[in-house]
Amino acid sequence: MTDLSDAQGQAPGMSEHAHAGRRTYLIGLFYAAILTLVSFWVSSTGLIYTPGVPILLAVLAVAQMGVHLVFFLHISSAPDQTNNFLALAFGIFIVGLTVFGSMIIMTNLNHAMMPMDRLMQMQR
Amino acid sequence: MSMVEQVVTLPGATPLSSRGPAPTHVVVGYGFWLFLLSDIIVFAALFAAYAVLSGETNGGPPGAALFDKTHVFIETACLLASSVTCGFASLAVQRRDRPSAYLWMVVTFILGAAFLSLERSEFAQLLASGNGPSHSAFLSAFFTLVGTHGLHVTAGLCWLAIMMLQVATLGFRPMISRRFFCFGLFWHALDIVWIGVFTIVYLGAR
Repeated sequence: MTDLSDAQGQAPGMSEHAHAGRRTYLIGLFYAAILTLVSFWVSSTGLIYTPGVPILLAVLAVAQMGVHLVFFLHISSAPDQTNNFLALAFGIFIVGLTVFGSMIIMTNLNHAMMPMDRLMQMQR
Repeated sequence: MSMVEQVVTLPGATPLSSRGPAPTHVVVGYGFWLFLLSDIIVFAALFAAYAVLSGETNGGPPGAALFDKTHVFIETACLLASSVTCGFASLAVQRRDRPSAYLWMVVTFILGAAFLSLERSEFAQLLASGNGPSHSAFLSAFFTLVGTHGLHVTAGLCWLAIMMLQVATLGFRPMISRRFFCFGLFWHALDIVWIGVFTIVYLGAR
């Protein structure tokens, strides 16, 4: 795939050399396996301060997603990857907006809603 | 600023304005990447629904009592391993190495099928114990989120089977390489979604 270096940008997931590629996947597998094992351990151990567990799990998940993006999808901030990287950044922005926006709005609505029994009394 | 300089200092680089259209595999890869990102946004909506509804169990048992972590761990291992073998298969397709391409495609298919059968047995267990999707908002959201991921894996397996047939009948022509390349992106993206599923749904269950 060396004849592509002069092209306009690069498709996501293109790896340069077969040997380097295989090593990249194995390094990715190593990191991903460690992160998976740690997150399963964190969720079942009693050693960690309980309110901190969800935050730790979130950090581990984001780290593992990063490992997958870099080692399996070969996304990087290299100049020939600008398009892919910007599309990814926009995707992450929309995902964050959807998930956290929904959670904030629904928590707020739950909080502002009258308790069900009061509501039933008023309807009588 | 540094990016512009780097582009200019590449040997034999021409300015962007005087380069021709990007080669087909770059356009195809980029278009498929955009599709994957929009698919991930669909999953984001389902994740949001799950996050909002995960406490509404309608008197039924909460997630922590329903899910078996060992089961989920085996599923995760299958999907992670299949992601790596799929990467090996796409390297073999790039090298036009037929035997090792078939080998890694078959291994990827088996691992994906193992994942699906584990998920099916989990769903069957939940349904048999009366915790079907109609029981509570929590279970509806759970079955929608995990079921959509399962459907994607099913679609990926069909795609992989078709790719094996096409490599057998049409060989490694550029069109087939591009299709397999897109399949690889799809499969890796499904694994990324699964990280979210096992962290939020199974490990984060209260």
